[in-house]
Amino acid sequence: MTAPTPSLAVQDLVVTVGAARLLHGVSISAVAGEWLAVIGPNGAGKSTLCRVLTGLLSPASGSVRLGGRPTSELTRRDRARQIAYVPQAPVVPPGVTAADYVLLGRTPHLRPLGSDRGADRSVAHAALARLDVLRFADRTLATLSGGERQRVLIARALAQAAPIVLLDEPTTALDIGAQQDVLELIDVLRHESGLTVLTTLHDLTLAGQYADRLVLLSAGQVVAEGSPTDVLSEDAIERYYGARMRVVIDHGRPLVLPVRGPVPVRRRSEAG
Amino acid sequence: MTARADATGRRGLLVPPVALPGLTRLRLGWVLAGLAGVVLALLAGVVIGPVRLDPLAVVKDLVGLDSGLSASDRTIIYALRLPRVVLAMLVGATLAVCGAAYQGVFGNPLADPYLLGVAAGAGLGATLAIAVGGAGASATPMYIPICAFIGALVSVALAYLVGTARGRRGSATTLILAGVAVASFMTALQIFVQQRYQESIREVYSWVLGRLTTAGWGEVLLLLPYTVLTVAVLVANRWVLDVLVLGDDEAAALGLNPRRTRLVIVVVASLGTAAAVSVSGLIGFVGVIVPHTVRLLAGAGHRVVLPLSLLFGATFLVFADLLARTLLAPAELPIGVITAFFGAPFFALVLHLSRRSLT
Repeated sequence: MTAPTPSLAVQDLVVTVGAARLLHGVSISAVAGEWLAVIGPNGAGKSTLCRVLTGLLSPASGSVRLGGRPTSELTRRDRARQIAYVPQAPVVPPGVTAADYVLLGRTPHLRPLGSDRGADRSVAHAALARLDVLRFADRTLATLSGGERQRVLIARALAQAAPIVLLDEPTTALDIGAQQDVLELIDVLRHESGLTVLTTLHDLTLAGQYADRLVLLSAGQVVAEGSPTDVLSEDAIERYYGARMRVVIDHGRPLVLPVRGPVPVRRRSEAG
Repeated sequence: MTARADATGRRGLLVPPVALPGLTRLRLGWVLAGLAGVVLALLAGVVIGPVRLDPLAVVKDLVGLDSGLSASDRTIIYALRLPRVVLAMLVGATLAVCGAAYQGVFGNPLADPYLLGVAAGAGLGATLAIAVGGAGASATPMYIPICAFIGALVSVALAYLVGTARGRRGSATTLILAGVAVASFMTALQIFVQQRYQESIREVYSWVLGRLTTAGWGEVLLLLPYTVLTVAVLVANRWVLDVLVLGDDEAAALGLNPRRTRLVIVVVASLGTAAAVSVSGLIGFVGVIVPHTVRLLAGAGHRVVLPLSLLFGATFLVFADLLARTLLAPAELPIGVITAFFGAPFFALVLHLSRRSLT
């Protein structure tokens, strides 16, 4: 998969916090319009990678390039115009309406110490409408369901108008219907707007169904990278997750199914 | 091809200006209500007292018309009551705005200069200044706010360090517990200093309970620059405060430097609090009652909460002072007693209402 300009390129990233080395020379890249999913067991370094990309953590060495420019040359504002972030467990500010919240996505586009202008409100309005949550605009976030809130979060990222969107576990705490709804929506948005999508995902089946490419992290290193069928092998899952899984290829995409104990694997009929 | 974002946003999202439903705005009605409150408080504060003055005559005199008031009446207005009212306004406005800022910065509905130990630290600093420096009874020397500021910063730093584990945001209750511990410690030190320097004990004691009694224009002039500076910086950061409420990760992802921004706001709010405390003593709960009431009534964004806290904080403290000096007239209650009398039950109510989001 060779592409002209990677939208996002991480090279030899090393991150240390205190004495702990959280990432050891991680390199990943994604081209514009691509969906890259970072998978890996707990503690593999997925969250650390997210924090480096959003600028909260500085790497000990290595580089991050967004839109072809190294982040060391970008201001925090410029970086936020390049990459929008949808956190796994967002802070739900009390009393703040969905409209106010989505408008906060315009922060990197405001003048320093400035406030929103008409154009910013228009963008927020369009983002709310696009995510079909305009009818919740005057509701406070705390009163929304998990799926509705996730849509509002994505609307905020869309209002940020960055070409790359980073979603940390976008399906956590959602029921399976809402999970599919959110991932389908992300897929539509990236095709419409040419967004580069980077997600971390615990659910390997969902990762395999939606992402173009997977990166498997383990203990702070990339241990496998490639198409979903390449990365999601039963061996790799057993080795890195310590899990017994059956991988079924369906319509060219892997389905990852948990298998209990030493019992012989039974083949199940899979629909769709 | 990388996607290109222009000045307003991504292609496909460009639409003509529309009204955004659900947007929290500073409504003119609330601003007018706040201004009316301030004017009413000013009038009440000037008119009411041992010598009743005719409100109409006072209004005339205040706007420069011939009022027919006697020279002694005018002395009462301009040398006694007006400076006290203006001082109450400045203290109330400063404490309310700083309280709102602390709540935003710490993402904590109960953060308040008093509860975070900031006021107690400022109290210790000021007590040391009075005791060692030997301040007179009539004026507040310039160095007292500086000492109070140092005490305030030490306290807020301690509360933050104890209340947040390893730089991570602690829960609301942890931070408040840390603040209570710091406040108790600072108060203990302060009482020790107070007892150690017997000759200034009366002075310190009346100051601790909160007082606007010795107010003259000197205190007003001393506090005014701090109030102006604090309010200007905090109001300028109204949007930043809304973003900081989302926590460090999200604030960074939205292009802020969360740690530096938070530090600047805490330092400025502590400066304002310390200045207010050094002229008025320990007046609690203003910083929690006023911003919360504003949030409940007018909306949660700081572009609403900060300006309205300014107006309603000023109003609230003038009326509290009015009660303090009329309830037991001719004796005076310390104003801190009045604000605590209303503030403590209100605080309990806020705690009860926000209990679910605190754990």
